[in-house]
Amino acid sequence: MKEHAQKAAEFIRNESRADWHDEALWFVRAKRDKASHSIPEWEQLRELASRIKDNVLAGLDGYLEQFEANALRNGVHVHWAADAEDHNRIVYGILQKHGVERIVKSKSMLTEECRLNEYLIENGIEVVDTDLGERIIQLKEEPPSHIVMPAIHLKKEEVGELFHQKLHTEKGATGPQYLAEAARQHLRQKFLSAQAAITGVNFAIAETGGVVVCTNEGNADMGVHLAPVQIHCMGIEKILPKAEHLGVFTRLLARSATGQPITIYTSHYHRPREGGEMHIVIVDNGRTTQLGRADFRNSLKCIRCGACMNTCPIYRRSGGHSYGYTIPGPIGSILTPGIDLKKYSGLPFASTLCGSCSDVCPVKINIHEQLYRWRQIIAEQGHLPPAKRQSMKWAARVLARPVWYNLAGKMARWALKWLPRPLLYNRFNEWGKDRELPEPPKQSFKEWYPRKQA
Amino acid sequence: MSKDKILAAIRKNKPTEVPLPEPPSFPGRESSPVEAFASMVEAGGGKAVRAAGPEELNTTIKRLFPKAEKVASPLPEVRPTIELDHLSSPAELETIDVAVIRGQLGVAENGAIWTTEEDCGHRVLPFITQHLVIVLNPGKIVDNMHQAYEHIQIDATGFGLFIAGPSKTADIEQSLVIGAQGARSMTVILKE
Repeated sequence: MKEHAQKAAEFIRNESRADWHDEALWFVRAKRDKASHSIPEWEQLRELASRIKDNVLAGLDGYLEQFEANALRNGVHVHWAADAEDHNRIVYGILQKHGVERIVKSKSMLTEECRLNEYLIENGIEVVDTDLGERIIQLKEEPPSHIVMPAIHLKKEEVGELFHQKLHTEKGATGPQYLAEAARQHLRQKFLSAQAAITGVNFAIAETGGVVVCTNEGNADMGVHLAPVQIHCMGIEKILPKAEHLGVFTRLLARSATGQPITIYTSHYHRPREGGEMHIVIVDNGRTTQLGRADFRNSLKCIRCGACMNTCPIYRRSGGHSYGYTIPGPIGSILTPGIDLKKYSGLPFASTLCGSCSDVCPVKINIHEQLYRWRQIIAEQGHLPPAKRQSMKWAARVLARPVWYNLAGKMARWALKWLPRPLLYNRFNEWGKDRELPEPPKQSFKEWYPRKQA
Repeated sequence: MSKDKILAAIRKNKPTEVPLPEPPSFPGRESSPVEAFASMVEAGGGKAVRAAGPEELNTTIKRLFPKAEKVASPLPEVRPTIELDHLSSPAELETIDVAVIRGQLGVAENGAIWTTEEDCGHRVLPFITQHLVIVLNPGKIVDNMHQAYEHIQIDATGFGLFIAGPSKTADIEQSLVIGAQGARSMTVILKE
């Protein structure tokens, strides 16, 4: 796998496009700020949400059992999946039982994580993603680049060309209104003919045994209420103890995600409709392992709003695809090392550790601190790239010896002043890439300070 | 099986118990929740109008949608042009121009309206219709989501939801498009 840094370098090669991407996401961040500032109790809500999730994680076994018992009482079929394979097999089993050939799906990062679409398609099922952004990238055969705005990396001209090829819209037509209308007509046909609908889950309520799904397009409901079989796939961490906690989380979610005061639709599913069938699949897939890591278990509080991506200076300038995982950005970078430390060892370094992600997180996950902690573990376990490992080793030696340190400072100031450019700016000096090295100061702080005191 | 495996892993790995915080009641700040609600509905791309009685309700619907051929509603006070009972298949439901449903509760802070399958006649109606009208008693408007969840019981019916406007998307270059997969417009008629 290519490192994040390499893919980011490719991304920023097209400067105007990188700027456009950066600004599009910053626009969403600004909307989030406006929405959150309109709520005086915002910080109190974040604290509450974080503490509710603390309680959930500490009592998850009990809550899940309570949730299952209530869901069963509601006439819902409940399934448990230990991993992605298990999950995919369960979903396919339900579809097979009903002889389903065509399904519609609304957005679910969990099913992306489990690669459900690929699995079902291999087994001969037509799978149609119905969120507009997801349909766009499905037609383009690309993974999502953002968890809330999956096609944020594409320009309208690209969507226009794609729709021209796949949905026969007019050549050269790029108006978002026109393209969205074409998708609406196309998707309505898919909704009407689907035999089952699959959704993700935003919140699962232990007290009532129901699930809550939030969308703006109404696509989850168009699928669920038209198809005879509805399947909701959720990670074990989606639990909230009581209905009243939704008051806290629905106030935080959309404001953090897109700056809206609430999503257009907040749907509460408790029982199948007459003649219908409702299934809930509860999935672990590595979450219980993460629960056991004291330094990282807070990452399970995530409600998938994407605020940490929109604010991240690295994400905005490297794009979601550079991370090589379903969930990119700061939150992805603390989830992935727990899945495969070696494969994703570059991601915790895709950060300036500025802490903006932690500041905007609606459930107060200490994202930047976890990024730093993963870096330490990656170094301890020997997964640093050789150049970084060597330079760290030398830096440690120099920093441990005052004489060496003083000498190194002098040499650096001398080099910056006297060495010809080619010796300073070359492939061995990462810090000289795309930027000017600083003007050398006349003296070091250590030299300056005693004189100042005297 | 998987269930036991998952629960055992949680028990082994979970942190020590911490108490569940009691959310305080956050008071509303608006002097007129009804006006705040109406302006949030408009901000969300919807429309809010008033009607004095059942007669005005029907004339308002007619005035708002003069060309609508198929107006369907489970509400007894609304005069539909087509009976919901006659529309059984999804394909038939898809031809509805205007659906009029009842809202149980409005939320001033975000313009959301709580409604359930009992108020809709058919679960898919508020989504599949081209245009959605929700009739709401202005006396049933609360300040915020905390109060809303105190007033409703989410599992009283098999399906219930908050609706806060017409279906929308910004998935193409962040340009707002009203009328994604669900209703193209949403009008709240405030009627006592």
